[in-house]
Amino acid sequence: MAAVIAETAAQAVDALEAIVVEWEPLAVVVDAEKATQPGAPQLHENAPNNVVFNWTVGNKSGTDAAVDSAEVVVRQRVVNQRLIPNPMEVRGDIGVFNPGTDEYTIWMSSQTPHIQRLLLAAFVMGIPEHKIRCISPDVGGAFGSKIFCYADMALCLFASKALNGRPVKWVETRRENYQSTIHGRDHITYLEIAGTRQGEITGLRVKTFANLGGRLSTIGPGIPTTLYGRVLSGCYKIPNVYCEVTGVYTNTTFVDAYRGAGRPEATYVVERAMDLFADEIGMDPAELRRRNFIAPDKFPYDNPSGLGTASNGEKIYIDSGNYEPAMDMALKTVGYDSLAKAKTDARARGKYLGLGLSTYIEVCGVAPSKWIGAVGEGWGAAMWESANLKIHLTGKVVLTMGTQPQGQGHETTYAQIIASELGLTMDDIIVQHSDTQGTPFGYGSYGSRTSSVGGTAAVKAAGKVREKARHYAAHMLEASVDDIEVVGNEYRVKGSPEKKKTLQEIAFALDLGFSLPAGMEPYLDETVYHDTPNCTWPFGTHIAVVEIDEETGKVDLVRYVAVDDVGKKINPMIVDGQLHGGIAQGVGQALWEGAVYDDDGQLLSGSMLDYAVPRASWFPNFELGETVTPSPVNPLGVKGVGEAGAIASTAAVANAVMDALSPFGIRHIDMPFTAPKVWRAMHDKEARS
Amino acid sequence: MIPAAFDYARPASLDEALTLLARGAGSAKVLAGGQSLLPLMRLRLASPGKLIDIGRIAELRAIRDLGNGATAIGALATYRDVLDSALVGRNHPILASAIPGIGDVQVRNRGTLGGAIAHADPASDIPAILLALDASIAIRSGNGERVVGIDGFFQGAFATDLAEDEILTEIRLPATPAGAGMAYCSIEQPASGYSMVGVAAVVGRAAGSISSARVAITGVADVAYRATAVEKALIGSDGSSAAIDAAAAHATDGQQVTSDFNANAEYRAAMAAVHASRAIEAALAAAG
Repeated sequence: MAAVIAETAAQAVDALEAIVVEWEPLAVVVDAEKATQPGAPQLHENAPNNVVFNWTVGNKSGTDAAVDSAEVVVRQRVVNQRLIPNPMEVRGDIGVFNPGTDEYTIWMSSQTPHIQRLLLAAFVMGIPEHKIRCISPDVGGAFGSKIFCYADMALCLFASKALNGRPVKWVETRRENYQSTIHGRDHITYLEIAGTRQGEITGLRVKTFANLGGRLSTIGPGIPTTLYGRVLSGCYKIPNVYCEVTGVYTNTTFVDAYRGAGRPEATYVVERAMDLFADEIGMDPAELRRRNFIAPDKFPYDNPSGLGTASNGEKIYIDSGNYEPAMDMALKTVGYDSLAKAKTDARARGKYLGLGLSTYIEVCGVAPSKWIGAVGEGWGAAMWESANLKIHLTGKVVLTMGTQPQGQGHETTYAQIIASELGLTMDDIIVQHSDTQGTPFGYGSYGSRTSSVGGTAAVKAAGKVREKARHYAAHMLEASVDDIEVVGNEYRVKGSPEKKKTLQEIAFALDLGFSLPAGMEPYLDETVYHDTPNCTWPFGTHIAVVEIDEETGKVDLVRYVAVDDVGKKINPMIVDGQLHGGIAQGVGQALWEGAVYDDDGQLLSGSMLDYAVPRASWFPNFELGETVTPSPVNPLGVKGVGEAGAIASTAAVANAVMDALSPFGIRHIDMPFTAPKVWRAMHDKEARS
Repeated sequence: MIPAAFDYARPASLDEALTLLARGAGSAKVLAGGQSLLPLMRLRLASPGKLIDIGRIAELRAIRDLGNGATAIGALATYRDVLDSALVGRNHPILASAIPGIGDVQVRNRGTLGGAIAHADPASDIPAILLALDASIAIRSGNGERVVGIDGFFQGAFATDLAEDEILTEIRLPATPAGAGMAYCSIEQPASGYSMVGVAAVVGRAAGSISSARVAITGVADVAYRATAVEKALIGSDGSSAAIDAAAAHATDGQQVTSDFNANAEYRAAMAAVHASRAIEAALAAAG
C-alpha cells in the first residue's frame, strides 16, 4: 500500500500517477454463493470456503416439519442486489496532531464521532482515548455509510504526526466513494413459504448467502444477522420460521449498513413470499395478508419461532401494532376495487399495469443494550443515548446530545421536544452535537434511533431540570415543594396563582447560587444516559402502481401510496421528508440501482454514469397517509422514521412489477427491473408460449 | 479529480485560433463549451498539452437565416441558443423537441452543437438529428474553408472528418423537403441520461405515399448512422403502420450493434426498430 501526501490536491494526483504498481492478478470471485463452492478462490486462510459465519435463528425442527408437511409450498431464489449508498457529500477527514500536547484532532464526516474516537484510540492507533478529539460537523448525508471506522481516518492522523503537526486533509472522489466506502445489501436467498390452500401461512424457511466483501467492515456481520433474521416473519403470525445466513468473503468492496440495513432485505423476502404464495393458491394478496396479520390484541408479541430471543436469552417483543387499518386506508386511497379496470385501460395504451403491496414492519429505535450487546448479535456494544441540558443565567437553553445528525433536522426536532417539555420557545434553545469534546458519549445516529432513544434522553433531562426548578421555586416562593405546580414555564404555588416564578427567573437565581437551600448545588445542568427497554416497531402499507411499456419494457412508477404508522410525530414535515427520501431510495433499488462487478472483480458501475441514482422527475407525487399507534416504549410515543420508506418500498414496487408481468406467466425476476431486463423476460415468456 | 497540467490560450478571433491550432498540432485540443472534454480531462482520460479556448469567439455563435427554410447554426451556439431560436424552431422543430432531453440545464447552457458533433460520442443525440436533417458542416483551417456533407463526417467512436488543424465553424441545415415532418424518439440509459437508442426521422408524404425519408440512429453502433435500408423500404410505401414497422425492422441492417452491461446488442437492436417506428410515425403525424 502507498499513500501520497502533497501540498495541493493537484500535486497529489500527479504524484499518484507516478506510482507504478505491478499487480500479480489472482483468481477472484464476486458472487457470494459461488464463493462458497468447492474450487472457488480462497480469500483468507482463516475462512475456509470463504465462509465467515453460519448464523441461524428460529425454530429449525418445527419449521422443517411445517414446510415438509404443508399442503402448499412455494420456493423461490431471490437476489437482493448490491447497492451504493450515495450520500450527497462524500467522506473526508482532516487530521491534526499537536506535538506540544501529544493530542490528535480529527474532523470527519461521520455518524458516530464518539465510537470513532473509541475505535481509533483503543483498536487502531493504540493511544489514550483522552488524547483524541473527533469532530463531525454538518454531515452532508450518510445513509449508514458513515457509521464505520475507515483507514483514512487513522492515516490522516498518523500523517499529521509524521509531518510534525501539519494538518493533513483527505477527501474522497465520487469514484473512490464507489470503490472504497461501504456498499449495502447483496443477498442471495432461497425462500420457502408454506401454508394451506385457505391462506394460512404455517412456515417460512430461508437460506441466505450474505456477501460481506473482501474483509469485514465495522458492523458488517450484524446487518444480515440480527437486523435481518429477526424480522423475517414481518407483521405475520407465522408459527414456524427458520433462517440460516452464511456470511461470505468475496473480492468486492465491504458491505455494511445502508438505509434499512437488513430490514429491507427481510421485508423483500417476506413480502415477495406472500405474493408468490397468494399467486400459487389464487388468493388476493391483500386478503392473504389480512388473514395472517398479528391481531391487535396480541401485543406485546413474542414471536413463537424465537426470532426475538437473543443468544443470551434476552428478548425483544414487537411492542405494538394494528396492521389492518393501515392496509385498508392504503387500499382505499389507491382505489383497489377498480384495479381490473385500470389494467384494461392501460392495455389500450400499450401498457401493462401492475399494483404491489408491501405491508411492512421494521425494528428500529435500536436498542436495549443487554439484547444488542449479546454475543452473536453482531454488534457487541451497548446502545444507550445521552443528553445534557443546561439553562444558563440569561434563560437561554443549550441541549447537548450524543447523537449525530446527517441532515435529518435534529436541531429542530430536539428543540421542539425541549420547548414542549419546559414551556419555552424554540428560539431560546440551541442543540449541540458532533464533537467529542463537550458532548456526552453517545452511540450516534442510525437505525432510526435518534428520536426514540436520544429523544427520550432529552425528555428525561428536561424532567430532571424541571424537578430541580420546582424545588428551587419552592425555596424562592417560600412554599412546600408539593405545593408547586408547573404550568408552561411558570412554577406556581397551588391556590395562589399570583405567587409564581418563571423558569428563566429560577435559572437566573439558581445559576448565580447566592441563595441555595440546604444540599442543593447551583446551576440547572442535568445529564441523562438512557437505555431503551425495547426497540420500536413502525409498520404500514405501501402500494406501488407501475406501468410497463409493451414495446420497450420500461417501467414507470405511476402512483405511490404509503400509509405509515411511526407513532407520534414530533415534526410532521421532517417525518414526510424522511419518508419521501426513503421511498425514493427503495424504489431506486427496485427499478434502477445496482452495483455490478465483472468476473475479474472490476466495478463496472464505477460512477454515476453507470449507477443510476434516481432523479426527482422519475417519481409521481407520493400519496402519504398515517395511522397513529403510539409506541409504549418511550414517553414521546415515537418510533422512528429514517428507514421506513426504504424498507417498505422496494418490495411494493417488485410486487407491482410482477403483477404487471403476470399476463406473461412471469412469477419472479430479480431487481433492478431495468427496461432491457423486463423486455427480455417478456420475450422469453413469449418465446416459450 | 483534477486534470493534468496543460497550457491554455484564449484567442480573440477564428484566425488567431487557427494559427494557434496549426502551431500546436498534435497536442492542442479545441475547447468550446467544455461539457464533454473537461469531464474527460478531470478523469485524466484525456490529457491534452494545450487547450485553445474558442468559447468567446462571437463570430462562431450566430444563428443565421439562409432563406427559404434553410438555417446556419454557428458551431458555438449552445443548446440553449438553439432552443431559444424561433427560426430553428420554425425550420427544424426536431431540434427544439430533442434538446430538452439532452444533459441538464447547466449542460444545455454551456454545451454547443458544434462541440457535440466534433466530439462524436456514439451515444450523443445531435449526430443522428443532423444526419436526418441532411446538414452540411463548414470547416476552416489555414488553407481556407471546406464544406462537407454530414454523411461521412462521423468516422467512428469519437472520430470525425476533422483534421488536427481544422475548426468546425458552422452547421448548415437545408430546407425541409416539401410535405415532410420530423421527430426524434429515444430511450435513455437511466444513469447517464445518454441515449441507449435514439432515432431521428425526417419523412415526407406526397400523393398518398412516402416520398422522402431520412432516418438516422445513435447509441446503437460505434457511430451514428443513416438507416438507409429503413429509408429505402419506406420510400414509395403507403406509410401505413404495417409498412412503417416493416421498414423499421431494418434499423440495424449491416451494423455491428453495441453491447454493454446496461443493454445488450439484442435489446439495442430491438429498440432501434421500435424507436425507428415511433419516430417515423411521429414525423408523419407532424407532417400533417
